[in-house]
Amino acid sequence: MTNKTKEKKPTRRDFLYITTAVFGATGAAAVAWPLIDQLNPDASVSALSSVETDISSIPEGGSLKIAWRGKPVFIRRRTKEEIEIAEKEDNENLPDPQNDADRVKNKEWLVVVGVCTHLGCIPIADKGDFGGWFCPCHGSHYDISGRIRKGPAPTNLEVPPYEFVNENIIKIG
Amino acid sequence: MNHDYEYTPGNAFTKWLDKRLPLIRFADENLLSFPTPRNLNYFWTFGFILTLCLVTQIITGIVLAMHYTPHVLMAFDSIEHIMRDVNYGWLIRYIHANGASMFFLAVFIHMFRGLYYGSYKEPREILWILGVVIFLLMIITAFMGYVLVWGQMSFWGATVITNLVGAIPLVGESILTLLLGGFSVDNPTLNRFFSLHYLLPFVIFGVVILHIWALHVTGNNNPTGISVKNTNDTISFHPYYTVKDLFAYVVFLLMFAYFIFYNPNILGHPDNYIEADAMVTPAHIVPEWYLLPFYAILRAVPDKLMGVLLMFGSIVVLFFLPWLDTMKVKSARYRPTYKIFYFTFLLTCFLLGYLGGQAPEGLYLFLSRVCTIYYFAFFLVVMPILSRYEKPSPMPIGISNSAINTDLGTDKNPALSINN
Repeated sequence: MTNKTKEKKPTRRDFLYITTAVFGATGAAAVAWPLIDQLNPDASVSALSSVETDISSIPEGGSLKIAWRGKPVFIRRRTKEEIEIAEKEDNENLPDPQNDADRVKNKEWLVVVGVCTHLGCIPIADKGDFGGWFCPCHGSHYDISGRIRKGPAPTNLEVPPYEFVNENIIKIG
Repeated sequence: MNHDYEYTPGNAFTKWLDKRLPLIRFADENLLSFPTPRNLNYFWTFGFILTLCLVTQIITGIVLAMHYTPHVLMAFDSIEHIMRDVNYGWLIRYIHANGASMFFLAVFIHMFRGLYYGSYKEPREILWILGVVIFLLMIITAFMGYVLVWGQMSFWGATVITNLVGAIPLVGESILTLLLGGFSVDNPTLNRFFSLHYLLPFVIFGVVILHIWALHVTGNNNPTGISVKNTNDTISFHPYYTVKDLFAYVVFLLMFAYFIFYNPNILGHPDNYIEADAMVTPAHIVPEWYLLPFYAILRAVPDKLMGVLLMFGSIVVLFFLPWLDTMKVKSARYRPTYKIFYFTFLLTCFLLGYLGGQAPEGLYLFLSRVCTIYYFAFFLVVMPILSRYEKPSPMPIGISNSAINTDLGTDKNPALSINN
């Protein structure tokens, strides 16, 4: 019996079964995709993907919090000492090693997404053990370069894509 | 079931109906004359209580949805509108909000009862697994419902919990965006949560039907854990357990009513009366009380991915219970060693609940870690080891014999001779 079925050549019916199954599966996938993709950000959400801000009023050592894609972005004008500390600490034992110079376009300005890389809370400025930010939710400490130093967050604060349009205007996104 | 009684239609109409759609026969066999062990204690009333909890949540929820607006600009105000303007809106909302807490209270008792009396063991594995599925669906539904209020805790709770998904390597971020419908919790998120929060209770209802079906195939477990042998061991569900269940439900309602009428906000967080603000995180984020033990496990681990895995693992491990605890003796009554570990586990869960509400540092963090280790050790180490080495204490011959013959004396392994 088993030998017989093994030797049997594919019949027209086998062909029909397989083509029907493939057709059905393709059709199901084609219907499923729009139903899944509608969950992704829609056009109106994607349209809000860049903002421009005037940063001329920020004093040295001061910072600004603006909204980009529904998340806060920290723009901090760092003092000379803060820059020095940030660069000196490049050699420290960092959980997510990155040089301060690679995180900024202009040493004076640190621009990071103000969302803790652990579970998305907003860290508080000028708090924590490393002079940068501290996340109150689960205790992550960031330094003045926005790098994770201590706590459960896996990575440094994200640097968003940005450019200086002119001396006073920065464009995020 | 081994029961002599059979439904016989009484009049011409019921005879006619019985041949076409045996609805009355079905109700009679499953609700009225269903043979139930005679020795069930009050811990067995929670299945009934839970069914009514679900019905309460669905009815009040449907009413609330008639007055609620799922939009970020109006959601918070529409809740206040329900509280102030809608006739009896305050009552219906307080029933719904506290009803969720009561639902979880009842489900925890129900689950710990199963854990104590070995209700997950052969032949009730599917019954238990369906129960864990219901529990998971309850957590998801409750979480989404809490977000709809659109207060600060709603918003930041939603942010933290959805970000858990982001911990998945490689695809985490894409799945997170898909889940939120944007780059952060916003209007698309609120809308889909509302849609799903309305849908899931009916899914739960479906799984509850499967759960009860599975229960009616195997029959109830009972405090001795000894299988039902004959009709002497059982009584009909009605009127004996309908009355017992209803009495327990009334007592349960008294407590429920205390919360609704005298302390409706005690189980919530005051920060949720502040409207959601995407730019400010509250200093201290805590989930609802019933999720605190899982939250404590999440925070006990200093690594994001591991924390998330352990938190989900703490529920997933329940699915495997029937195969982790293979001891033939079901009830902890006859398992003196298991009983000690069981109550330690119960205490650990309470402690985790407390720790989940504290700041994750110092002694709290240390205790969270100890408790998390015991939580998993109880299932993965204690259960398999006890299954092999624990010596059960003497058991009665059967359910209805328990008073007469409590000591089998010479019988070396009562479990084998008694279970079927």
